[in-house]
Amino acid sequence: MIRLDDYRHVAPPGVVDIILRLTERVRDRRILHLSGGRFGEGPAEMLTTAVPLFQDLGVDTRWEITGGDATFYATTAALRAALEGAERVLADEALAHYVEMNRINAKKLRLDADMVIVHDVQPAPLVGHRGDGRWVWRCHFDASRAQRRVWSFFRQIINQYDAAVFSLPEFGRRLSVPQYVIHPAIDPLSEKNREIGPRDVTTILGALRVAQDKALLLQVGAFTRAQDPLGVVNAYRLVKKHYDVRLVLAGTAGDDRESLEVLADLRQAAHHDPDIVVLELPPEAHLQINALQRAATIVLQKSVRVGFQLAAAEAMWKGKPVIAGVGGGLSQQVINDVTGYVVHSVEGAAFRLRHLLNNPELIARMGAAGREHVRRAFLVTRHLMESLALLAHLTE
Amino acid sequence: MATALNPFVFIGCVELRQALDRHALDERELMDRLEDVPAGSIFYHTHGYFLRHRPLTTAYGNDFARWAAVEVRDQALAERLAVVDPFEFRDLENLREELVTIVHDHLRGLTTVPRAEPGGVFHFQQSHIVTVELGPRATTLAEFRDGLAGVDASAIYFHMVEARARLGRPSGDFVEWMRTSLGLAALAQRIERIDTFMTSLERVRARVLSLVDQALEAHAA
Repeated sequence: MIRLDDYRHVAPPGVVDIILRLTERVRDRRILHLSGGRFGEGPAEMLTTAVPLFQDLGVDTRWEITGGDATFYATTAALRAALEGAERVLADEALAHYVEMNRINAKKLRLDADMVIVHDVQPAPLVGHRGDGRWVWRCHFDASRAQRRVWSFFRQIINQYDAAVFSLPEFGRRLSVPQYVIHPAIDPLSEKNREIGPRDVTTILGALRVAQDKALLLQVGAFTRAQDPLGVVNAYRLVKKHYDVRLVLAGTAGDDRESLEVLADLRQAAHHDPDIVVLELPPEAHLQINALQRAATIVLQKSVRVGFQLAAAEAMWKGKPVIAGVGGGLSQQVINDVTGYVVHSVEGAAFRLRHLLNNPELIARMGAAGREHVRRAFLVTRHLMESLALLAHLTE
Repeated sequence: MATALNPFVFIGCVELRQALDRHALDERELMDRLEDVPAGSIFYHTHGYFLRHRPLTTAYGNDFARWAAVEVRDQALAERLAVVDPFEFRDLENLREELVTIVHDHLRGLTTVPRAEPGGVFHFQQSHIVTVELGPRATTLAEFRDGLAGVDASAIYFHMVEARARLGRPSGDFVEWMRTSLGLAALAQRIERIDTFMTSLERVRARVLSLVDQALEAHAA
């Protein structure tokens, strides 16, 4: 089991001591996390790291999950999509069922705690059954473009909380409760980010059939239009005229029509160019992602407005410059001209790729700056520190 | 050297950010919001800049100048805002007045109001500082030196910035303690003259340590 002391050699000096001192202030409080599941990205990934650390610190911390039937899951998926701005039809009966399932969940769960943190959409209506503690809604996605009608419904639920927490100020919407801002973070000791040696990297890339005989450009992310992998291919083609490079696109593909179309287009592009490698990986391929990011020369995250996107921080932690799309969390993570570049177009990405390949000393300098930026701003220790500060602030 | 009756207690801090429902899409809205946001928001986007930009260069000096430069691409306004030293103002209302006046005067010379790029909205925030006591307490200058060398950088921020700007201790905590508890007026005066604008907390720490080392060496000699 990883303990807080293990982070002393990766976190900024003094941070672990601040966490220990903050813990002394809140040690007698009880925390309850409520989420829709224990697996996957977002809240589950964050809580898998954070809950054991809180317990290691001696803070009474529980993590409960909620369940439901097929209609409930279909409704919450549509609700989440609508809150992220997609067009969805949500019948009043479905929304009533969503609230009802949470009423049933509330009967099964022990909801008493000094601070109850409810993550994302599925368990949100549990606040209707709150006790004496402080209730906080933790939103892990960008709700700024939520469908108006859906937001009108959902806002009534969120306004029953004592506070909401968003990953960025621009991800929130008008609420009658205070909105705090805590950036998500990466765990430097997890399978996805821990140190692995060059020999292991070579072995893993060999198993993935990715040769290391030329400069490697990498994008990690789902095969969706929002991640713009086709734009990355076009940027690569502009660069390929001048540099012998290989492009690896690694990610997961859903079974929806859009993902299948994007994947088919990418495979078509790869079919005509052996230096384009499309790797469809399972969600738990953390070590493979780690090795690919370490082997990369330059990492691209050319997304078009999709949430916070911690893949940029993961790559920077491995000392890689990142060429990122504009907006959302990417603009927070990548400091333009210092840790990489923020670009607005395919041509911009190609220009910056050529600029870096032509100035290899910049690759090392930006990579080092990126690692220090992540050390200070995007490690789980900073997240832990701010979570403890929130606990102290709301419960003292 | 003297031993203080009141030991120096190093205080570290964590900044808990709170989004306000105030935004600016263009420079006129920036001016309007500057006039009505809570003083804590003015503090967050000016003094607070130093806590959040520790290891990298503080290229713009405050969030407003950064926004004008990066999101609006109005270099003239960015330069005028960047040069505002928040430590020169007696209180946050005077600082607010200066910022509003700069934007107002700038807009008077323009025919159209410069607007942020898409996605470049300025979101006003404020912060709550949660404090914790750090390290052993210091009763001598040598103990203070050892404590300062190892303490988290947020303690430099708390004692040199937060104390001066929001807690009504205009000289800062280091200066006050050296002057009143150790009787080291000359050293206190030298530390008070350290320019905390457009630098990093680590550089401020290094400058204070350097001055303290000189004082300790002079005493030993």
